[in-house]
Amino acid sequence: MLQNLNVMRDTSHINALENEAIYIFREVAAQFERPVLLFSGGKDSITLVRLAQKAFWPAKIPFPLMHIDTGHNFPETIEFRDRLVEELGLELIVRNVQDSIDQGKVKEETGRYSSRNSLQTTTLLDAIEEFKFDACIGGARRDEEKARAKERIFSVRDDFGQWDERNQRPELFDMLNGQIELGQNVRVFPISNWTELDVWSYIKEEQIEIPSIYFAHKRKVFLRDGLIWSHSEYVYQEDDEEVLERMVRFRTVGDMSCTAAVFSNATDIESVVEEIRDSSISERGARIDDKRSEAAMEKRKQQGYF
Amino acid sequence: MEVLKIATAGSVDDGKSTLIGRILYDTKSLTSDKLEAIEKTSKSKGYDYLDFSLATDGLVAEREQGITIDVAHIYFSTNKKSYIIADTPGHVEYTRNMVTGASTSQAAIILIDARKGVIEQTNRHFFINNLLRIKDVVVAINKMDLVDYSEETYNSIKADFEELMAKRDYQDQKITFIPVSALKGDNVVNKSDKMSWYTGPALLEHFEALDRKDIYNVGTPRFPVQYVIRPKTDEHHDFRGFAGKVYGGELSVGDEVIALPSQTRSKIKDIYFHDKKYQTAARRSSVTITLEDEINLSRGDMLVKAGDLPTIEKQFTATVSWMDSDQLTAGKKYVVQHGVNKVLAKVDNIHHKINPDYSGIDTEVNGLGMNDIAQVTFKLNKPIFYDKFKDHRTNGSFILVDTQTNNTVGAGFIS
Repeated sequence: MLQNLNVMRDTSHINALENEAIYIFREVAAQFERPVLLFSGGKDSITLVRLAQKAFWPAKIPFPLMHIDTGHNFPETIEFRDRLVEELGLELIVRNVQDSIDQGKVKEETGRYSSRNSLQTTTLLDAIEEFKFDACIGGARRDEEKARAKERIFSVRDDFGQWDERNQRPELFDMLNGQIELGQNVRVFPISNWTELDVWSYIKEEQIEIPSIYFAHKRKVFLRDGLIWSHSEYVYQEDDEEVLERMVRFRTVGDMSCTAAVFSNATDIESVVEEIRDSSISERGARIDDKRSEAAMEKRKQQGYF
Repeated sequence: MEVLKIATAGSVDDGKSTLIGRILYDTKSLTSDKLEAIEKTSKSKGYDYLDFSLATDGLVAEREQGITIDVAHIYFSTNKKSYIIADTPGHVEYTRNMVTGASTSQAAIILIDARKGVIEQTNRHFFINNLLRIKDVVVAINKMDLVDYSEETYNSIKADFEELMAKRDYQDQKITFIPVSALKGDNVVNKSDKMSWYTGPALLEHFEALDRKDIYNVGTPRFPVQYVIRPKTDEHHDFRGFAGKVYGGELSVGDEVIALPSQTRSKIKDIYFHDKKYQTAARRSSVTITLEDEINLSRGDMLVKAGDLPTIEKQFTATVSWMDSDQLTAGKKYVVQHGVNKVLAKVDNIHHKINPDYSGIDTEVNGLGMNDIAQVTFKLNKPIFYDKFKDHRTNGSFILVDTQTNNTVGAGFIS
């Protein structure tokens, strides 16, 4: 059946963002030898997979997915990841932070705020070297955080994976310069210009399946510093921090140790979109890793973090 | 709902960050945790007002020095539109960032401090927005609270600016003057009650009212082939799709097209977006096109409508905005990236430098330094298919890539 693309694609801003992301995916496939899509099992990387499917149909997505597994993920995310990969016939590479710890390359953090989040960087850089990846596609968005607002769509990293924020390539019109030297790699952000609400609206419009932890469910949690932490063997908890059972959901999904929940009764996608629309707290407000300091993200990025 | 991207330009201390912070605050786009961070930092600095500039200054060095280093993107939306503000710094040395921010924007704000009026920097901001052919420009005369909301001051700045406008190359650019106080919130999102002499819209009202035709130029369709899709599966054995973005106009099934550079004719068989077929591909849509005839096309080739050929040449002259600390000199070679097409180019002649403050041209040129703007002729190792920038913003622009460092070192607008 023929439809009028003009009417559909030229007026809605979500469609404009979708067209831009597809363009970026095709640039990656054309300009790089060994791209990889960094897949965390979170809603942003799931959205990336859908966009990549659209970009290359009827061909398969011409690059693998890679998950840097901290070992502290929500089990729901891992189950979801494996099912998605199987259903779509994708290639998945998994590299474990535990291996980097066992090899003595990084040291496990201890104490109240211990997390494996920042340890991922070493495992990621090692994997990039192992597979000689020249482009790593990620789901970061400029609206997430102040340092990310300055990030390019094609962001060049040196041999050490570092981000030099003062010396970024200018990006003009929609021309993307992916030319690099051997050893360098490019981080690519196809949904740079999407907001959190855009991602949720797209998930709703496209009926994309996402892990169950994004919807309200009963969970054992405890409260600390005004944030809702998961009660889990991976999360450090003081004896006097009382375990409660509450209806919560997650707005962002990282490690259990760095992702706080929000109280919510939104059990389906419609009510989640409504909740985000009305929300007065930013998404990263529930990221424990960003609360460490005013410049937390910028510092991690300079070290090669995604 | 549409997306409107607005480039902002202002000098140091013109209050650009405050203006953006004010827009976010008055449209209730600042989340409570961000607002809390602003309140906390404002208080610790001993301010008795909220320092909205903290909403936008992202990098540590910027916060230390209280300046904006790089283009930052800020997102907010109203019921009518989705907005992206490209916050570009206004220092003299950061022309490259302004050109970059303006290249992806459809509208612009030029900020003027009401106490200082039109200064040399204003000329530069206007020049760049005009060079980039931004269709809609707002001149926001800020800090009106500090000049007692004086109509006389506003009129005199407006008259000075109108003198500049007489010198502009792109005369059809629409320019609107709005007196504002970003700090106090006058005429930013809400109309001010302190300037009854001003009858026009508030800043955001102006942008809300912009229509598609106010911000986009309609030209002829150009389809650069970005990627060739050949699945080679049993189901799609003979599928050969040309993936790319349609620029400047629309393409429809049945259109007679010419493939460049071979100049072979064919017809559009199908237009796909994902797995669905469409009759017409809209401007800026990322589609996959199949042709009636089996033609060999690869990345960098182009489909155009029959009877609507671009210029096909091995040389061109362009206005170049230089963005690198290494000089551009005659005889040097660069990669010209024209859309998705790359060719090797040699600088044939630097005709003259253009002073971006409207003070004239400079014909004694040995080389171009960072932030210089000049008229340059390039010779190419193979022909490209281009339009003039004034006729086609996409097919008339290119970037220059250094063959050694691989950095993007300049941008050009074909004359």
